[in-house]
Amino acid sequence: MSKASWLQSPLKLEKRPSDSQKIAYLSPVLAIALTLISGGLLFLFLGHNPLTALHTFFIAPLSDVYGWTELGIKVAPLLLCAMGLTLCFRAKIWNIGAEGQFIMGALGGGFVALQFLDAESAWVLIPILLAGIVSGMAWAALAAYLKTHFKVNEILSTIMLNYIALNALLYAVHGPLKDPNGFNFPESALFADAALLPVFSDDYRLNISLLFGLFFMVAIWTLMSRTWVGYQIHVLGEDAAAAKYAGFKQKKLTWFALLACGALAGLAGVSEAAGPVGQLIPAISPGYGYAAIIVVFLGRMHPVGILLGSMLLGLTYMGGEMVQIEMSLPKSLTGLFQGMLLFFLLACDLLISYRVVRNKSVNVSVAREATSA
Amino acid sequence: MDIDLITNILYATIRTGTPLILVALGEMVCEKSGVLNLGQEGTLLMGAVIGFIAAVTTGNLFVAVLIAIVAGMAMSLLFGFLSITLVSNQVATGLALTIFGAGLSAFLGSSYVGIGIDGIQPLAIPYLADIPMIGKIFFQQDPLVYLSFILFGLVYWTFNSTRLGLKIRAVGENPEAANAMGMNVHGIRYMAVLFGGAMTGLAGGYLSLAYTPLWSEGMSAGRGWIALALVVFASWKAERIMLGAYLFGAASIMHLVMQGLGFDVAPNLLAMLPYVATILVLVLLGSNSIKAKLSAPISLGQPYRPQL
Repeated sequence: MSKASWLQSPLKLEKRPSDSQKIAYLSPVLAIALTLISGGLLFLFLGHNPLTALHTFFIAPLSDVYGWTELGIKVAPLLLCAMGLTLCFRAKIWNIGAEGQFIMGALGGGFVALQFLDAESAWVLIPILLAGIVSGMAWAALAAYLKTHFKVNEILSTIMLNYIALNALLYAVHGPLKDPNGFNFPESALFADAALLPVFSDDYRLNISLLFGLFFMVAIWTLMSRTWVGYQIHVLGEDAAAAKYAGFKQKKLTWFALLACGALAGLAGVSEAAGPVGQLIPAISPGYGYAAIIVVFLGRMHPVGILLGSMLLGLTYMGGEMVQIEMSLPKSLTGLFQGMLLFFLLACDLLISYRVVRNKSVNVSVAREATSA
Repeated sequence: MDIDLITNILYATIRTGTPLILVALGEMVCEKSGVLNLGQEGTLLMGAVIGFIAAVTTGNLFVAVLIAIVAGMAMSLLFGFLSITLVSNQVATGLALTIFGAGLSAFLGSSYVGIGIDGIQPLAIPYLADIPMIGKIFFQQDPLVYLSFILFGLVYWTFNSTRLGLKIRAVGENPEAANAMGMNVHGIRYMAVLFGGAMTGLAGGYLSLAYTPLWSEGMSAGRGWIALALVVFASWKAERIMLGAYLFGAASIMHLVMQGLGFDVAPNLLAMLPYVATILVLVLLGSNSIKAKLSAPISLGQPYRPQL
């Protein structure tokens, strides 16, 4: 008895009567704080002043207008992918395939752009963007078909489709879409200037893809909170049995959520190719499709949260580049910070439905021992 | 296609299948106990990078393999703490582990890219290695391949003839009942998760120390995910995992077969094969979903919180 009570932890988890809304919003803040502290410790361990290093990572990239416009370039694809994923995750469809849908969007749109290398009118952008959107949708449609017809788990199928998409892109830039005048580099030709998304100012790279992102942020939110389809998706995610009982078409909703996500991720992909990159390259996506998953969790599936989350995750890409240039630390710190963020978030999210209390059974047994002694 | 080519292809099939066997066997034990660890891909990368760094630093491959195993266990301990003790969502936690592992391994390994080491060499087993064909295919492999045979036997034996195997299954099927029978549900789940991590760490070490003795970012190339599909495909049976892993191994080295047959197919297209094969397998299973459901541990993916 005494041995068992000695082994018991002094703290235990107790389920809250209902989930705490306050903690739900506080948790991301806490997770960011913990990430910053761990990041600081990491920098200290690497022999750098943690405050200077964190400043270089998170503040220095945004010290001028150029920095903010560069952030905008990264926010746009993250925002598009994250809004698409929100729709899926709301319905508890675990689509991990935004990365593949992004790549296929870039590939499909890029293929069309490469057919118009001497284009002079910006009208050419319409078929390019449409091709990107349709390619992303087609890739998501595969996952939807597999899920609705063959009950294939969407986590595994979308991850496999991500790898297949990446290999399709690699095949294209090593083979049929390789620039014939490109000194045998695995890259396509540069797109025509008219085939690039218009920029706001010639001094910066920021283009109208940010407007796409903001537009769809509002559009998807309206869809989810104000429409019948959005309501059905919500119910499906909360309680699939209730959705079935209410007569909602589960297969149709699955198709809808996945196709919408594919369209948005495809748009993000083609906007990247026909935007800051301007051609097809093997590393067309720096992992935006995966980072967007973190954005959705961090942003609590709320548009404002997702916008802020996109900015933070976008910043991790810039910070990685910044510490590489300024402090010659590896750029891969980006992925490390992203991973830490998600981990801390999941741990903090525990506090939404549980609270930590003193383990009473310990006290009781201690008291009992005290009286018996 | 001559006999030597066939022998070489089968030899390579065993080598390619080995990391899949290790990860899938570990994941199977983990899932039998009711825990779905989707973080195998990240764990695999951590095993690979830590093992490789240890090999470069110590120059001792045996130590490097052990350290890779420890790295895998450390990753799975992190997963276990979040998903078992803190009852977090297992799917999200697994994804987080993969994203974290990919980031951390890229960071740790960034100064080790492009370094070569003398990897683990094949070790011919006396007499057995001299059997025509069979000898080359099974008994001229490296020690980790032999270890995978042994581990397969161990897992098979555990689940078919030991009390421990029964306990793990009880915890995965009905944790409440197992608890009522006096089993420590969390303890058994932790052990299963740690075993899974050790196996995946070993598989990572196999990749960076034996299969291709080098480190490159994301070198596991989705093997952790394929192994997850393999467990479902094998309907949680060790012998089917073995068979399935070699089938996937064969799909992954199709380029050798194609070259042997004199076909010229772009390598990137052939590289899609294992992923396409995974999807096809899932399709075959899906249309037979009642059977798949029957063999899955009933409490798979559901956290257990003892009522105190």
